[in-house]
Amino acid sequence: MRAYAALLRLRCLLLLQYRVAAFAGICTQVFFGLVRVMIFDGFFRSSSLAQPMSFAHTVTYIWLGQALLGMLPWNGDREVQDLIRTGNVSYELCRPVNLNGLWLSRCVALRSAPTALRAVPVILTASLLMPPEYRLAPPASAAAALAWALTTAGAVLLAAAITNLYSIALLWTISGEGIARLVPPFVALLGGMLIPLSFFPDWMQPLLRWLPFSGLMDVPFRLYLGQLGPGDLAGALAHQLGWAFGLALLGQWLISRGLKRVVVQGG
Amino acid sequence: MAQIVVENLVKTFKVGRRQAGLWNALKGVARREYTTVRALDGVSFSLEPGELVGYIGPNGAGKSTTVKVLGGIMVPDSGRCEVMGLVPWKARMAHVARIGVVFGQRCQLMWDLPAADSFDLLRDIYRVPAAVHRKKRDMLVERLRLAELLTVPVRQLSLGQRMRCDLAASLLHAPPLLFLDEPTIGLDAVSKLAVREFVRDLNRENGVTVILTTHDMDDIEALCSRVIMIGRGQILFDGTLEKLRSCIPMERRLVVNGVAGEVALDIAGVRQVTREGDRLSLHFDPDRIPPADLIAQLSRQFLVRDFLVENQPIEETVARLYAEWRL
Repeated sequence: MRAYAALLRLRCLLLLQYRVAAFAGICTQVFFGLVRVMIFDGFFRSSSLAQPMSFAHTVTYIWLGQALLGMLPWNGDREVQDLIRTGNVSYELCRPVNLNGLWLSRCVALRSAPTALRAVPVILTASLLMPPEYRLAPPASAAAALAWALTTAGAVLLAAAITNLYSIALLWTISGEGIARLVPPFVALLGGMLIPLSFFPDWMQPLLRWLPFSGLMDVPFRLYLGQLGPGDLAGALAHQLGWAFGLALLGQWLISRGLKRVVVQGG
Repeated sequence: MAQIVVENLVKTFKVGRRQAGLWNALKGVARREYTTVRALDGVSFSLEPGELVGYIGPNGAGKSTTVKVLGGIMVPDSGRCEVMGLVPWKARMAHVARIGVVFGQRCQLMWDLPAADSFDLLRDIYRVPAAVHRKKRDMLVERLRLAELLTVPVRQLSLGQRMRCDLAASLLHAPPLLFLDEPTIGLDAVSKLAVREFVRDLNRENGVTVILTTHDMDDIEALCSRVIMIGRGQILFDGTLEKLRSCIPMERRLVVNGVAGEVALDIAGVRQVTREGDRLSLHFDPDRIPPADLIAQLSRQFLVRDFLVENQPIEETVARLYAEWRL
C-alpha cells in the first residue's frame, strides 16, 4: 500500500506545481459558470411551470459543478497515455507492483489535486463576488456539509476508476484518443454537468440514478443542498463505492488481458 | 547453477504495412496488410552468476525483445525461460523485484521532479527498509557523483547526468541481475567512460550479473568477457571477444605517418590501402606477409618515419560479420 500512497503523494505535489494552468482554469470556470447561471435565469423567468428545483438551488448546483469540474473524468491521465504511446510503459512493467493499482493511484491524484487547487478560489468568487441572486449558497446544514464532503471523496474514487479505463483502452488502440474523446460528453451529460439531473424527464430518472455518473456530481450536490437528507448518505456512498470497485475490477481484468498482447513501441 | 536459462525462445510480431501516400492510406482502411516478423526465432543461451555479457546485433535483430522477455515485460510465443528459478512473465512481480533495468532511450525518473523524489518512490515500490535504502543511495550517489544532481528537476539534467541518475535508480533495491539496454547511447566521451567504469566495478566488486546490449563496440571491448551476437532473431555467435575476432580472417592494420609524394603499392597480402593526406593505412594478412617484411618493402619506396600496427577495430570485425551473414 505504501508504494501507491507514495505515488499518490508525489503526483499531487507535481500537479500542484502547475499554477498558471490553475489560474487559467479558475477564470474559465467562473466565466462559464456565470454564463450558465444566466441561461438558467432566462429559463426560470420565461417559464411559469413548477420546476423540479428552485432557481437558488440551481445556481448553487451550477457553481459547485464549476468548482469541481476537474473532478469529472473528462480526460485521461496524460502521463500514463504518454507512457503507453512512447513505450515507457516498459519501466512500469519492471516494477513489483500491481499496474492497475499504480495507475489508479495516479488517477486519484489527477482527479483530486488540481481540482482542490481550483475549487477554493471558484467557491470563494461564487459565494462572495457575485450579485446576490447569483451567489453560491452555503450548505443546508452541518450534516449536509459532512454528507457532501464524504460523497465528494467517494466521487473522486469513482472518477479515478473511470479515468483509469481511458488509459487502459490505450493498450488496444495506440492513438487512443477514441475512448477518451467519446466518453466525456456522456459523462458531462449523465453526471449533471450540463443540466442538473432533476431536470431530465421522469422516465429517465431510474436509469440516471442507477448509472455511475450520478455519483460524480448530482448526488453529492443534492446532499449539499439538503434535497437528499442524511438518511440517503449510506445509499449514496454504497452506489459510488460499488461502481468504483466494479470498474476497478474491470480495469484489472482488462490490464491482465492487455499485457498478454503488449507490444512495446519503439524498440 | 545457471542464473538465466533461455531455451528456444520464439516471439513473432504482426506488423501493419502500407505504402506511402493518400491512396494507399485509404486502401489501408478497407484492408490491412500484415506481415509476420519473427523477432526471436529459437534463441537459446545460459548465463552463470557474475558474468558480464555483451549482447550485440544490428538494429531490429531482436536484442531489445530478448531483454523485454527476460524482464517480464513481454510474453513469448513459445520457448522456455527461467531467471533465478522463476519464469519472468508468470511470476512477474516476484521476478522484477530481483532485477534492475535501464533502457538507454527511456527515462525511469519522473520528468518534472528532482531525482531524489523518484528515489524515495522507488524505495516504497521495492519495499526497501529506510536505513538500508539510505546506505545504498549514499553509496550510489558517491560512486556516480550525483550529489549536486539530486535536487534538480530531471528534465533540466543533461543526458549524461540523467543516465547516471537512471543507473542509480535501477540499483537502489540491490538487484543481483542488471539489464542495460544501450546505456551509453548518445552520451559524450566522459559520461561514457564514467558509465563503463561504474558498470565494471559493479560487476567485479559486487558480483552483479550484467547483460549489456549496445551498438558501441568500445563498450564491449572495455567490459565484456563474453559476447552473444544475434541477427534476425537467431543467435549467430556466443563466445569470447577473441573468438569473435577470429571468426573472420585475421587482419592487422598498419598506419604510416608522414608519407610524401605519390605511392603505388601492389604487395601480396595487403587487402586495402587508404590515404588521407600524409597518412597511409593498410589492411594486411600477417600470415601472408609478416609486418617486418611489409615495412621493409614500404621503406624501399619512401622514408618510413613513424608507424603503428594494430588489431582491426572490433567495430569493423562486427560490421564485416553483419555483412557476411547478410543481416
